[in-house]
Amino acid sequence: MSTATRTTAPDDERGAASSEIGGSHDLSTWETLKRGFALSPELLKGLWVTVLLALFATIGKVLIPFVVQQATDHGILAEGGPDVGFVVTAVLIAGGAIIFTSIAQYAVNIRLFRAAESGLATLRLKAFRHIHDLSVLTQSTERRGALVARVTNDVDTISMFVQFGGIMLLVSTAQVLVATILMAVYSPILAGVVYLCVVPLVVLITKFQPMLARAYGAVRVRVGDLLGAVSESIVGAVTIRAYGVEDRTQGRIDAAIENHRVAAIRAQIRSVMAFVSGQAFGGITTAIVLVVGTVLATDGRMTLGQLLAFLFLVNLFTQPVQQATEIFNELQNAVAGWRRVIGVIDTPADVSDPGEGGLRLPRGPITVDFEGVSFAYPGGDRVLQDVDLTFDPQSRIAIVGETGSGKTTLAKLLTRLMDPSEGRVLIDGVDLRDVAFDSLRRRIIMVPQEGFLFDQSLLENIRFGRPDAADEDIELAMTELGLDAWLATLPLGLATQVGQRGESLSAGERQLVAIARAYLADPDLLVLDEATSAVDPATEVRIQRALEGLTRGRTSVAIAHRLSTAEAADVVVVVDKGRIVEVGHHAELVGAGGVYTRMHASWAAQQR
Amino acid sequence: MTAATRPVGRPAPTPAILRQGLRVIWTGIRQQRGIFAIAVVGSVLWAAATVGTAWAIGYVTEHEVTPAVEAGEFTAGGLWTIFLVLFAVLVVNMTGVVLRRVAASIAGFNLQASYRQRVTRQYLRLPLSWHHAHPSGQLLSNAHADIEAAWQVFNPLPMAIGVLVMLVIAGGQMIAVDPFLALIGFLVFPGLFAANLVFQRFMAPRITAAQQLRAEVAEVAHESFEAGMLVKAMGREQEETERFGKVTNDLRDSLIDVGRTRGVFEPVIEAIPVLGTLAVLAVGTARVSSGDLTAADVVEVAYLFSILAFPVRALGWVLAEIPRSVIGFRRVDSVLQATGSMQYGEGRLPRTGPARSLSRQVSYAYADPGERAVLGADQPEAAVEATGPQRAMAIRNVTLDVPAGTTTALVGPTGSGKSTLTNLVLRLVDPDSGSVSLDGIDLRSVRKGEVPAVGTLVAQQTFMFDDAVRDNVTLGADLPDASVWDALRTARADGFVSAMPGALDAVIGERGGNLSGGQRQRIALARAIVRKPRLLVLDDATSAVDPAIEQDILGGLRESSDGMTVLVVAYRMATIQLADHIVYLEQGQVVDQGSHDELLGRCQGYGDLVNAYAREAAERAAVAADEEPTR
Repeated sequence: MSTATRTTAPDDERGAASSEIGGSHDLSTWETLKRGFALSPELLKGLWVTVLLALFATIGKVLIPFVVQQATDHGILAEGGPDVGFVVTAVLIAGGAIIFTSIAQYAVNIRLFRAAESGLATLRLKAFRHIHDLSVLTQSTERRGALVARVTNDVDTISMFVQFGGIMLLVSTAQVLVATILMAVYSPILAGVVYLCVVPLVVLITKFQPMLARAYGAVRVRVGDLLGAVSESIVGAVTIRAYGVEDRTQGRIDAAIENHRVAAIRAQIRSVMAFVSGQAFGGITTAIVLVVGTVLATDGRMTLGQLLAFLFLVNLFTQPVQQATEIFNELQNAVAGWRRVIGVIDTPADVSDPGEGGLRLPRGPITVDFEGVSFAYPGGDRVLQDVDLTFDPQSRIAIVGETGSGKTTLAKLLTRLMDPSEGRVLIDGVDLRDVAFDSLRRRIIMVPQEGFLFDQSLLENIRFGRPDAADEDIELAMTELGLDAWLATLPLGLATQVGQRGESLSAGERQLVAIARAYLADPDLLVLDEATSAVDPATEVRIQRALEGLTRGRTSVAIAHRLSTAEAADVVVVVDKGRIVEVGHHAELVGAGGVYTRMHASWAAQQR
Repeated sequence: MTAATRPVGRPAPTPAILRQGLRVIWTGIRQQRGIFAIAVVGSVLWAAATVGTAWAIGYVTEHEVTPAVEAGEFTAGGLWTIFLVLFAVLVVNMTGVVLRRVAASIAGFNLQASYRQRVTRQYLRLPLSWHHAHPSGQLLSNAHADIEAAWQVFNPLPMAIGVLVMLVIAGGQMIAVDPFLALIGFLVFPGLFAANLVFQRFMAPRITAAQQLRAEVAEVAHESFEAGMLVKAMGREQEETERFGKVTNDLRDSLIDVGRTRGVFEPVIEAIPVLGTLAVLAVGTARVSSGDLTAADVVEVAYLFSILAFPVRALGWVLAEIPRSVIGFRRVDSVLQATGSMQYGEGRLPRTGPARSLSRQVSYAYADPGERAVLGADQPEAAVEATGPQRAMAIRNVTLDVPAGTTTALVGPTGSGKSTLTNLVLRLVDPDSGSVSLDGIDLRSVRKGEVPAVGTLVAQQTFMFDDAVRDNVTLGADLPDASVWDALRTARADGFVSAMPGALDAVIGERGGNLSGGQRQRIALARAIVRKPRLLVLDDATSAVDPAIEQDILGGLRESSDGMTVLVVAYRMATIQLADHIVYLEQGQVVDQGSHDELLGRCQGYGDLVNAYAREAAERAAVAADEEPTR
């Protein structure tokens, strides 16, 4: 009794407390960074070596202008004519420094690229996995296109910062420290002046940060919207064409594109403002230092040469500070991406694997009990109410009822795609929430009405049911299900590619594949939710018989509108407006004068 | 074949890439002329101010600071001059930077937006066969990542142009000082160019691979999230994560590969100008000793070089972006250039009365979905449409006549081509041979939008937009709520819709997540009914609706179907019996047609199909009767 859900939600709120995928806007920049680095430990692995190398490279970069300046001042402009020997020595030193710096820089680049891309790959993978761990309900709170953005573009946004930004920030800090010490040695007063000039910049940048964060956050949201809109136009291609609503769809996409454009430009303008304030700081500092320095020099408190040397140091100081404003921009951009990815990862999986403590149940005939089960979608009315049911092992159950009466909800609770808001579902006397997922999914499989097919061959799609199945097993399964005749109409047979979402097949054919897939998986409890609704009657009857022949050893639950299924079942469960109104054998119910009698009459009238 | 093992088209390496890159840049500049001009003006201001800063410091040092220090006293006016001169240069510099960066980003994002509009227009314009050959995830990546890659170069571009201006100013100055020394300095540029050529050569194939893998990562993610429920129901989260992990790791390796190349290039590009400065110093000193030059001249040239060293990197950034830009643009362009869109004529279709649909000798085969296109690969896009042998023709020489005002039922086993035929009738696809007409007018000869205005399809699998119920019914058409309710009533959807919070304003959510299959189908039906089509095609559109409600709906349709021709794909006897005429298909061909009784009498396949349930029930009853006495 220790599932994650239980610890977070009281029993009667379970299920109803389904979560929405968050943006983690509440995480501060610092917390986001901490979480981000913790999620991608590769980013920090060996970082100190990289930092050391980066410091070497920086020393080289600072050293070269210094040597050039020395060569000019003491070599070319040496008193009594140019000192060729000095210049040559200086040039050689600088040349050596360039080679050394370039090699160090190369090593830094490689290390950073490797760390960044490895770390981000890990992050992608974690987010991807977590999205699959979220319940069906939580997944449906966001468009697929936007979900894709969370593992692609949002992650890409982070890469710039982790590749260059982070390390430059460290190096810049080091350079600022060095420059500060040198400035203080040359002239404590002027050093103080420089620091006074920094104050307004720090205030400004601090003010800019949240504005930037909001702006970049908005861009990420717009990218998600954009991909959602584009995705709809691609996946809904048939409907859009059939109804000639291309213009309207384009209008929506255009709006998403425009919103993204405006948000992106707005973020860019803000980042330019932040950058320009860094630049203003550099320029104004130089001007003020020159003014104050002039005053000091006229007092004889420093020489003209010292003043000009100090200007060189000011440049050494302001340059990394300006760079830092740029990096802070990139940081906020990265944080915006990070927040979205962390938002997914931190969304609680409300239907979760009990983990280590999860029970593994032995395979074999299965019993199912619903005890006082109710269910409501978040924010909605109850769609199932006080369900008490028992399915005996090896029985064939048919669930019938009007559309929207709660049949599919029942199936989803039975297969633990959702958890009940109240009550519990048990298999073999054990609460589903205590059964380890891998055990549960071996024993119970549902075939939904619109089974998804992957863009692969028929063979691979069917093998999805049991990855270790041999080709012969799959062929045998097709024969047992009586699908070999259909297969024979395909020149490539099982090697036929089904196209995206199985679109090269008809809806009925897709259902055949979905059934074969579940059949191959060989569960103890097979739940068919309108799984043959698009299949022709002759094929359906054939499949039904095949399944029956083989369901002898297993329990099967079928939801169907075609009441032929109910006629053949051991037990018929009639659902009406979220309640179980009748349970019994077809023969008993058909004459009972209840809901089933009415349904069956209309079905029979159709068959005439 | 997994996504990652698919061959990736690699472009021939460079200098073609550089040339193409310049062409892409030129294309972009032409489209954003005005804004780009502002960016360049800004960049020139910035360049002038950057050179000007050194001049200004020199100027105030010479004219204000030195005299003051020598005199041992300063004047307020002198101090103000120092500050204001530097401040003025700073203001010019900042103005330049703001203009340059803001305008550059506006130009870049405008280009991105405009290409997104074009690409998505293509997505909507290109035929379904094209969509079948291009995975959704790849198209998503194209609309975002590829376009971004193509135009990212506009961020450093204006700065690079400013740098060029700076080079011209500085170059002129250097030549004025000493042409020989300047020449040494200019040796830097062939060096930069050569380094860049080598870089492009190594970079282009790597970037191509990376962009393709980026698209594949998006593709796997998109497919996997769409399969969310299945993955869960089968407990395949781990396998899916491994599948995603494989492409993600390929992308990672590919990006590291890109990084390794860039990692070499950048230090080299940075080192070259510094080496130039050193060369100038060494040679300059020699020339000073030989008396050809003054020390001050060398200092000036060396100084000019040192202020150029940093900005010259902007050239490197642009050059480094070029392969990515070219590859991105190529992928985008391959979508923009894709052919095979439907051709439309100028004709119109009548708007009143029931329509007559006639398909004459039509055949249709699907393209092999195994043959998937790689965007921007060398083979022309049209080659994708070649049909593969994997599937026999879906429809072969079918003639289907649906007389005006009648109801025709299409019956046939699963996979016999019924849906394909409905798609042909409403010109969602064009037949490979034969012709389809409405009221005697060939569908290929009418304007775009005419067929949807007259004929409506309710497909087997419903598609819901992430919108309110009302919008899902009207699809943007300007219709009063009363009509929407009427349509919902006919589709028997008024009950559950009015029970939803917000009723018509209730948002369904992408793919209509919280509705049952039958509810979605009924909204889709209402969507068709509200348009009062002259030809209504129902492709097993009530498969998830229970029989009683289906009867209601069909009855309601019959009442309101004055002036409507109906073509219905059906399995249920009751639906079939509503039809005036029945066409029986098997393996893409018409086997027989006539009335229900006629077909029952002479077509065995038809009889087997429609009587399957009855026979099944009878057999069960017989078995039950046999078993009875033994119990």
